[in-house]
This record gives sequence, structure tokens and C-alpha cells, in this order.
Amino acid sequence: MFEFLPSTGRMVIRFVHKVGAISCFLFSTLWNGLRPPYYGRQVLEQFLTIGFYSLPVVGLTAIFSGMVLALQSYTGFSRFSAESAIATVVVLSITRELGPVLAGLMVAGRVGSSMAAEIATMRVTEQIDALTTLSTNPLKMLVFPRILAGVLMLPLLVFIADIIGVFGGYLVCVYKLDFNSGNYIQSTIKYLEYDDVISGLIKAATFGFAISLMGCYHGYQSERGASGVGRATINAVVSSSVIILILNYVLTSVLFSK
Amino acid sequence: MTSAKSYIEVNSLNKAFGEKVILNDFNVQIHKSESFVVIGGSGTGKSVFIKCIMGLLKPDSGKISLNSHDITDLSPNDRQQIERFGMLFQGGALFDSLSVWENVAFGLMNGQNMGREEARKIALEKIDAVELSAKVADLYPAELSGGMQKRVALARAIATKPDIIFFDEPTTGLDPIVSGKINGLISKCVKELGATAITITHDMHSLRAIADRVGLLFEGKLIWTGTVSEMDTTDNPYVQQFINGNASGPFTVE
Repeated sequence: MFEFLPSTGRMVIRFVHKVGAISCFLFSTLWNGLRPPYYGRQVLEQFLTIGFYSLPVVGLTAIFSGMVLALQSYTGFSRFSAESAIATVVVLSITRELGPVLAGLMVAGRVGSSMAAEIATMRVTEQIDALTTLSTNPLKMLVFPRILAGVLMLPLLVFIADIIGVFGGYLVCVYKLDFNSGNYIQSTIKYLEYDDVISGLIKAATFGFAISLMGCYHGYQSERGASGVGRATINAVVSSSVIILILNYVLTSVLFSK
Repeated sequence: MTSAKSYIEVNSLNKAFGEKVILNDFNVQIHKSESFVVIGGSGTGKSVFIKCIMGLLKPDSGKISLNSHDITDLSPNDRQQIERFGMLFQGGALFDSLSVWENVAFGLMNGQNMGREEARKIALEKIDAVELSAKVADLYPAELSGGMQKRVALARAIATKPDIIFFDEPTTGLDPIVSGKINGLISKCVKELGATAITITHDMHSLRAIADRVGLLFEGKLIWTGTVSEMDTTDNPYVQQFINGNASGPFTVE
């Protein structure tokens, strides 16, 4: 009757064990990374990889989401003649919700996976051990720059995605649904508050942190061989995506409960 | 039996991964400036032993001392404050995002904060010391053959003038001629530095080329140690079987 108990218990223990291991990993990364020497070149490289090279994919996601959102809102709102609310719905949905979540998921797929694969390959080919024997702390040189770049670059990406997404909505409304351009822009800005944008950016920073942490942790702990690298990549992408979706709910309920 | 000469001393070291016991009451004493070679079958924990000395792995119990400092609980970096380490990894472990000279100069630039200009100069010297042409300096590791990668890795291992150099199966995967070359370079570089060398291998040619003393690892401990000439005359059945490569004997192949 209670056969499920042992396996549930094992799962709980495994989960707690994992959370503990990740916390230790994070703590020792911060402990080492915040003290000199600093690896400026590695940090800049990561800024570029995460911030700049993710722009196309994030931009594409944002513009099409904005366009779809405008069309769907129109379908709904036109049924009770509330077309004037579309601009506001589009801008609020994008800044508060779709911008950070979609950019987060795209970056998790693009950057989180490459972080995990790269670090895991370095682990498997003993390059991480080689760093240590050359008096270089791998957490400091590999992990800390990636986490820092994740936290700082994702808000920037999301800010750009917000603008592109809103522009996508504008394109659809003005050129397809024949809205007046001036009116649309005005009602976009009219009901938008700083908090809407800021809370989206806070979410973005948290997601960026989760993506880099998961990517680096799973890469760093990778097992031997090609299958180890593959598993590290899967774990990084799946865990960061799930964390993004859960955190999104938690943050929304904290940030918007006022 | 602590002798005054003993430089690296490992006492009753134990290490297990899960249920698999790798090192079981492992003891060894290594003298300064000697070349000590550990032989043993594949998967018997030879690399685990050197990784424990360098601090890349933490032993479950036991004591490791280096130049009469207890280093068992020190981080790899703190160990390097006592004596500098260098290591030649089995696969080379070159950083594939960096060029050859940057690889060789890595320890100088990152560990010792040397400027790029000066580090490049020393790197070129070391590349020359392993008998590679200066032309490879600006290539990337992926553009080199296996033997050349090994030589670059050797240059990187000696660039920081280490006191102790570890060689993890330096000739595995190389043809006999390239292996001979690597063995010659290892002996030459170790002698020039006056360093202590610890090598793990199962290549008998390599052993004869570089070893002063030999230890045979079996079931987690060194069951026999002695000089190369003692190795040839001993009647220890394990050693006999290993150096002659007999299929039958006390070693069982799983």
C-alpha cells in the first residue's frame, strides 16, 4: 500500500542533494570570482556571446510574438468594440510577460546549451584540470564571467526585445488592420508605467542568472565521454527552462501583488 | 620508515568512487629529482593517485606530505605555493580556443602575471625546446597532429619551471617513433629543470627510457617498488608478468 513512499523519499533526497550541490557551486564561484585577479577578456567575450549574438534570435521571436499578439487581441476585442485597448494590451503583455519569458527561453536554448557543452567538453578533455595545474581557478575564469554576463546581458536583451515586440504589434495594427499610427503610439505610451518595464527587466536578470548557473553547473559536473556532454546539455536546457517558467510565476506574484 | 630524503610522502591513502575502491592503503615515498614511474593495468587508479597529489581529487583518508609540509587538506593553488606543479595530460588537454603559443604561455600569463610580450618570448623558447618550429606558434591545437599536440602540451607543462612534473600516459596513442621522440624530450626536459618526475604508463619502452625507480600498482596499492635494474632481476611474479606481457599469471584480465 505504501510502495510509493521509498521512491518518493529517494526523489526528495536527490532533489535536496542537487539543490545543496548547486548552492555550494554558486557560493564558491562567487567567493572566488569576486576577488582579484579578474578576467576582463573572458567577461567581455561572454557579454558578446550572450548579449550581442543572441540579438537576432531574440529579435525574431519578439517581433513575431508582438504581431501575433496584436492579431489575437484584435480578434477578441473587436467582438465588443474595444479595439482601442489593443495597443495597451500589446505593450503590457510584452514588457511584463512575453519579453522576459520568450527571450529567457530562447537564450536558454541558445546560450545555456552552448555553455554546458563547452564546459563539459573542457571537463571531459581534462582542460579544466589543466587550468588548475596552471594556477588558474576554473570557477573564476570560466564560470564567474558567464554568470555575470547572464545577469547583466539578459535585461539589455529583453529591453531591446520589448521595443521590437511592440513595434511588431504596431506593424500589424497600422498596416494590416488600418489603425491610425499616431493614435496607436499614443495609446501605447499612455497607460505604460515604469514599473511594467522595470519588473520585466528584474525578471530578465533572474532568468539570465538561472540560465548561466544551470549551464555552467551541468557542464562542470559532466560525466566522461560524448554521452556525458550530451546529458549535460540536456540537463542545462531543461532545468533552466523549467526554472524560468516557475520563477516567472513566483516573481509575478511577488512583483505585481502590490 | 620516514627517511630524510623523502620529498613526496603518501601514507595510507584511500579513495573510492561510490562502491568502487580505487586506492586502498596506498603508500609511496618519492625522492627529490628522481623520475618515479608507476605502472599497472588500465583502470587501476594510476591517474587517481597523481590527481590526489595535485589536489584535483580529494582522498577519503590518508596523508600526503610534500617537502615535509602536510598538504592533504590544501587547495591545488595553495599546494603550488609550496612547490610548483606541471602536468602533461593524457590527451594533451590543450585549450582549443587559444593558439599554440598562448597555450604554452598560459601559466606564465595567468599564474605569474607575466606580460604578453615576455611570455611569448619564453613560449617560443619552450616550443623550440620540444623541437617544434616557431611556425606552429600561431596555429591552433586542432591544426596539429597528435604527436605535435603532445609536444606542445609538454612545452606548456615545463614553461613555468615546475619543481614536480606529472606525466599521464605520455605515449598512449602515438606510434613507436613519435613515442621514442616524446620519451627523449621528457628525459631531456626533466633533467634540464632538475625536476622530480612522476609518470604513469603501461608502455615498457617509455618506462625504460625515463624511469629511475618503478612502482607496480595492483588492487589499489603499490605491491612492488625498486629501480629499473631491480625490476629486471626480481622474481616477483606480478612484475614478471607485467614486463613480459604474459596472459597468464597472478594478474587476471577481466
